[in-house]
This record gives sequence, C-alpha cells and structure tokens, in this order.
Amino acid sequence: MTTDLRRTPLFDRHVAAGAKIVDFAGWEMPVQYEGVRLEHMAVRQSCGIFDVSHMGEIETSGPGALELLQRLLSNDVSEIPLGGAQYSVLCREDGGVLDDLFTYRLDIDRFLTVTNASNHARDLAWFQQHARDFPEAEVSDGIDRWAMLAVQGPLAREFVQAISDAPLPARMSAATRRLGGAETIVCGTGYTGEDGVELLCSAQDAPGLWDEIVRRGAVPAGLGARDTLRLEVCFHLYGNDLSLERGPIEAGLGWCCKEDTRFIGAEAVRAVRSAGPAERLVAFEIDGPGIARQGNPISGGGVVTSGTLSPCLDAGIGMAYVPSAQAAVGTRLKIDVRGKMRPAVVKDKPLYRKGS
Amino acid sequence: MAQASYPDELLYHPEHDWARIDADDPQLATLGITWYAQDALGEVVFFDPPAVGTTLAKDASYAEVESVKAVSDVIAPLSGEIVEVNEALSDNPAMINEEPYDGGWLVKVRMSDPSEREALMDAATYKGTLAG
Repeated sequence: MTTDLRRTPLFDRHVAAGAKIVDFAGWEMPVQYEGVRLEHMAVRQSCGIFDVSHMGEIETSGPGALELLQRLLSNDVSEIPLGGAQYSVLCREDGGVLDDLFTYRLDIDRFLTVTNASNHARDLAWFQQHARDFPEAEVSDGIDRWAMLAVQGPLAREFVQAISDAPLPARMSAATRRLGGAETIVCGTGYTGEDGVELLCSAQDAPGLWDEIVRRGAVPAGLGARDTLRLEVCFHLYGNDLSLERGPIEAGLGWCCKEDTRFIGAEAVRAVRSAGPAERLVAFEIDGPGIARQGNPISGGGVVTSGTLSPCLDAGIGMAYVPSAQAAVGTRLKIDVRGKMRPAVVKDKPLYRKGS
Repeated sequence: MAQASYPDELLYHPEHDWARIDADDPQLATLGITWYAQDALGEVVFFDPPAVGTTLAKDASYAEVESVKAVSDVIAPLSGEIVEVNEALSDNPAMINEEPYDGGWLVKVRMSDPSEREALMDAATYKGTLAG
C-alpha cells in the first residue's frame, strides 16, 4: 500500500517517546504516549504538551483584510483588538458550517486564522475564492510556514514564561516572543479547558522548543487526551459536533455569530435564530455503565456526535443533537449503544469544571 | 504488563484471543485477549460481560472491550456455554492491560466441541503471525 501521509517537524520526537502513531486527516500523528488517562490528568493537574502542527494557518493581510474576514467569519472581526484572538465559524450561504476557527490579529492589517487539518484545503480555497472580491486583501497559505505546539495545564504558563524574553500574553491574546531564541507567536488559547498557551514557530525551531518545555516537566500528550480533555469542557470537534448538515445555532454557537456583519450565511443563521432550531447540541452523562460513541442513535430522535469515557468524572460522557424539546438540562435520554439502551441525563456545559 | 508476552501453555486464535484448557477438566476453558490485543487497544476502561449461560460460537463476537478511544469486539476462540464471568473487571477493567493472562481473564466456558482446540495456534505460531 502506498501512503502519502505528512509528518510534522516533531515526528522523530514522538517515535523516540514511544508514541502510538495514527493517520489523522492525512498526517502521522501521536494518539498517545504512556496512556490517554495519564496524559489527560497531567494536563488537568500540571502540564501537558501537544504537537498540533497538523493544524493549518491562513494569513490574511492588506488594507482589505478586515473587510474580507468580516465577510467570511461569523464573528465581528472588527472587535478583535491588536494582539487579540477570536473564535468564529465559517459558514456556507445555507448556514452549514465549513469549519470552526481561531483568528489572531497580529497587526492592524494582518490576521492569522488557524484551521482544522481536515478542512484546511477547503478553507483556503474558500478564502481565496472570496478574496477575488476584495482586491486589497491578500490571502496566503501558512501551513508549511508554521509548526504549532499547545502547552496546557496549571503549570503551562510557568514553564513557557521561564524561557520567554518578555511576559506572556494574557488569555485570548497573542504576541510575538523569543522563546529560548526561537521567534514564536504565543497565543493565550487552547482546547483543554485549562490555562495555557499555543505556540506558533518555524519548523526548524519546533524540536528545540519541544525539548526545552518537556525538560521543564511538560508531559507529551497525544490526540487521545486532546479529545477527552476537549469533550469534558464541551468544545466542539469539527466532523463530530460540527458539519455542513447543521448550522451554528443548532450547535450552540450563536454567541459567535454576529449577523449584522452580513457574513456569508448570516441570513440563514438569522432565520434559525428567530424561529428557534429544531435540534440542539446538548452535553450528556451516562447514568450507570457504558460509553456512548459517535453515531449512536437516541430514542425519540437525535444522535450522539461525540462520546468517550471522562477520566475526571469516571463516567461515559458526550454531546448529541436532540430535538429541542429534549434539550433542557435534566432531561433523561435513552441512547442505543450497540443494541443496549443506556440511560443518560442532559447536563450543563461544561461537563467538567475546575475544582468539581 | 509493559513487555509483550505469549505464554506457552495457552492456545491462540488469529483474532488475538487466548484459551487456557483446564488441567483437570478438558471441557472447561478460560478465555481472554492477548498482550498484542490489549496493547493495540490501549487502556481498557469498560468491559461489559455477557451473562452466564450465554452460548458462544467459535469465531463470532461474544463481548466488547472498550478503551477511551474505541470499542473492540472480542472473538470466541471456541464454542460453548459461559459458566463464569470475571466480575472483578467491572470495577477494574484495566486488569485486562495489566494481567491479560491472569487477573484479566474474561469468561470461563464449557466447550461444546472440544475438538475445536485443534484449529487454534500454539504460542510460537501465533507470535509468527504478529511478526508479519
């Protein structure tokens, strides 16, 4: 079998650390090193480090950059301060979600948008297609320019601060720093529900930066722990909880849609918001044994989009689209887990809270 | 256990299951999954045992083991009827990882066709299939 899988600049580090490597969206990525649970708890209690270099970057710059992004992204891009970060979705005209994205404002007329690996090529084509209407905006592909590390957990900032030439940017901010000599965009963002930073650096600087942060005590963590961590705090995963088939209102992402900016899909989103969605994405916990998985149907309508065992709650948890009438917190659901009906309860988001 | 191991006294099925024939009762077999299977699966977090009295058919799935990431079918290496299940696994499914051939056994079976054991592999043959 011929494979054409891509490797990140940290691939050798993963192999040396004994990682199990899997094919993820066309990349050879570490799914776990020592074990998902251990890595999960390291992030909750101390610090984990993830290679997320498979994620894509799109740079939008020029005097028309803001105007182009305002057309593409669901949030109000004009509200991102210099050095700020913002979450949004990318919609089609019909409101179907193409991707969910973080955008950083690196300069007045320069933005960096981080894409999901599986969607990067489609997102880039979408950006370039619409950029034709904005001659003063320039769109360029940054996927080969940037490696990306996520350092997450209560000790993450301490470890990264120790090698930084200046104070780290606050939560939801981004700034360029020298980390042990490597020029790095430090972003106060993450996908775990913990404090921490995401680091964008060059491919050649990535292994040295990884080694330095691991040496200070960060535990290498794989995509397995990344998934359990994000699901405990109910962050969406594209391809599971977000897709072209459903819009942002159904997904509970109305807070990052500002229809008055007239982004592509705004009219469809406005219509669903005013009429009320037929389905809503809820968080649930299984009451008793069992672990629901993506695709498990729900009695009375609906489907599980993400499911796992929560290492912190020690219970089956997940997210599911259910008819709006069944979406209230406390509603009891019956999930068909491969032929066994498992009782579950709709819970508040996030499922896991610090100190709970 | 961290190191791969395939005890000589067991019989192996290509779907990475083992059977231990009871020394005193040649119709009684204990079943489990191999070191290779538990390593591929990762940390087992849930095992939902079938009920005592359930009939197993050789080569068919009789239970599921779940890691954080995935669900995996457990294939019966032999046909028969379940006479005992490992109740300790409901509280401590990670035993399947820690002691796949001892504390991590899954079920005990009264064989309906003891000659089926002839179709299973010895440890050396099974290890040979993993190398490829």
